[in-house]
Amino acid sequence: MIEIRMHGRGGQGTVVASKVLADAAFKDGKYSQSFPQYGVERRGAPVTAFTRIADSEGELIVRSFIYEPDHVVVLDPTLLSTQNILEGLKKGGWIVINTPEDPSSFDIPEDFKVATVDAASIAIKWRLGSKTQPIVNTAILGAFSKVTGIVSMEALQKAIMENAPVKKEENVNAAKEAFESVKIRS
Amino acid sequence: MSLKKVLTGNHAVSYGATSARVQVISAYPITPQTTIVELLSEIVAEGKLDAIFVNVESEHSAMSACIGASAAGARAFTATSAQGLALMHEMLHWAAGARLPIVMANVNRAMAPPWSIWTDQNDSLAQRDTGWMQFYTESNQEAYDYVILAYKVAEQVLLPTMLVLDAFVLSHTSEPVEIYDQEKVDEFLPPYEPKFVIEPGKPLGYGALAKPDTYMEFRYKMQRSMERAVKVIEEETKKFNDMFNRNYGLVEPYMMDDADYVIVTSGAMTSTARAAVHELREEGNKVGLLKMKTFRPFPFEKVREYLSGRKKVAVLDRNISFGHHGIFYEEIKSAMYQVEPKVPIHGYILGLGGRDVTKKDIKEIYEDLQKREELSEIVWKGVKL
Repeated sequence: MIEIRMHGRGGQGTVVASKVLADAAFKDGKYSQSFPQYGVERRGAPVTAFTRIADSEGELIVRSFIYEPDHVVVLDPTLLSTQNILEGLKKGGWIVINTPEDPSSFDIPEDFKVATVDAASIAIKWRLGSKTQPIVNTAILGAFSKVTGIVSMEALQKAIMENAPVKKEENVNAAKEAFESVKIRS
Repeated sequence: MSLKKVLTGNHAVSYGATSARVQVISAYPITPQTTIVELLSEIVAEGKLDAIFVNVESEHSAMSACIGASAAGARAFTATSAQGLALMHEMLHWAAGARLPIVMANVNRAMAPPWSIWTDQNDSLAQRDTGWMQFYTESNQEAYDYVILAYKVAEQVLLPTMLVLDAFVLSHTSEPVEIYDQEKVDEFLPPYEPKFVIEPGKPLGYGALAKPDTYMEFRYKMQRSMERAVKVIEEETKKFNDMFNRNYGLVEPYMMDDADYVIVTSGAMTSTARAAVHELREEGNKVGLLKMKTFRPFPFEKVREYLSGRKKVAVLDRNISFGHHGIFYEEIKSAMYQVEPKVPIHGYILGLGGRDVTKKDIKEIYEDLQKREELSEIVWKGVKL
């Protein structure tokens, strides 16, 4: 069982990202589950969403929140200074951050693996959301697919095509571009 | 061929209603139910379901529209939550008393105040005595399946049915759901053929005055239908299981064969409890799980069959009957009253207003259960004092 926690802000597509990831895993032949930690959402407020991926349906999947994730995805880098993004993260886990910065510029313990991708610029380039509020969810999933290998890019593309309400091709292109441009802390 | 896709619990219900070929949908939006009827309205608008979608100004009217539709012979559907269900209360009696096989999905949401949109069972359990059958579902697949099953049972015993799913824990959780071939669903659930239909030119009275010399007989017949429903549910569930490869029942046992201790659950927390019981078993504990799927009619015989002879039982309630105990606890205790030798049954209240229920919580309840000497009717798990 792999457990992933996503941190974003209302309007970035965090909840949809958790669902697209679950759908991609399902398309890869695995069993999956995704859910938001529902608050009473509003644009700009912190949002947390979760995805669980199991090898098969037979694996017993719990229905509580994820307190000790294997990996963390950060859709808004400003959350790094306001929330404990690393809380409960298992050693060796990935932290995939949407930022133009280099992964080595973050003060994150060596216990964890860090990847960064400029998902905001990619989203703006493909006209996803607005320039001030880009929808970065599909781009960051492309980066997540590349560094973790948990879902295949092929399945991710299919999942995006099915789940993106508009601009399906553009969302796929954003994911591909992030897949190619993600940077890993050495 | 059937189709498997990743769906939220709410959308699984929408597809369930579509597969059941409902003919009239009337609903009023309320979080967390809204996306059920939102998707249904799209499906109807796209012409993929031959149904009439009736917009109304309240849940009271939604149920009233369903009552009219059902009395006219249509397969009627609605969905609601919490305050919306409470507002329907009067009409729930009308639907049941008129013996109309309406199916409703209720997304369990805690009652206000204080305001909450998160899950607990007080909304649906407060409708216990309205004459509606109630099924509690554990997964999105069950939510889909039980729309179909609910109509199959309701239309035979002529009582309305509520299928219940947890707010967010199911309603907004996405997971793979198998949507069956329409042909296969049609084979299991043929069109509704009502015995009595109101139509112009053939007037019939529903809900007319019953004087003291007849009222009691109506009530007796409703109770007999509820009792008969136990058998009908068992038979139809078996057919459904064979046809769609499921393993459903009035109650659902897990690792119960040689269990000294039993944890009783309902709804979505069952998945977490199952994982906890599995781990406890691996650690050498003789513990089992009993999931309550059907609440009305109450499965007395099955409860006695599975709980008799055990050392101790913990009943987990995501609800509270103020001044009494947890509601499943009350009912299970009453079912076990005449069983000898007595089985000590303890009641645990947890997860109210959407508080997370974890594997750790369940394991701690098991530890607590083993240690308890005195009979404890109400133990609050995780409450901050």
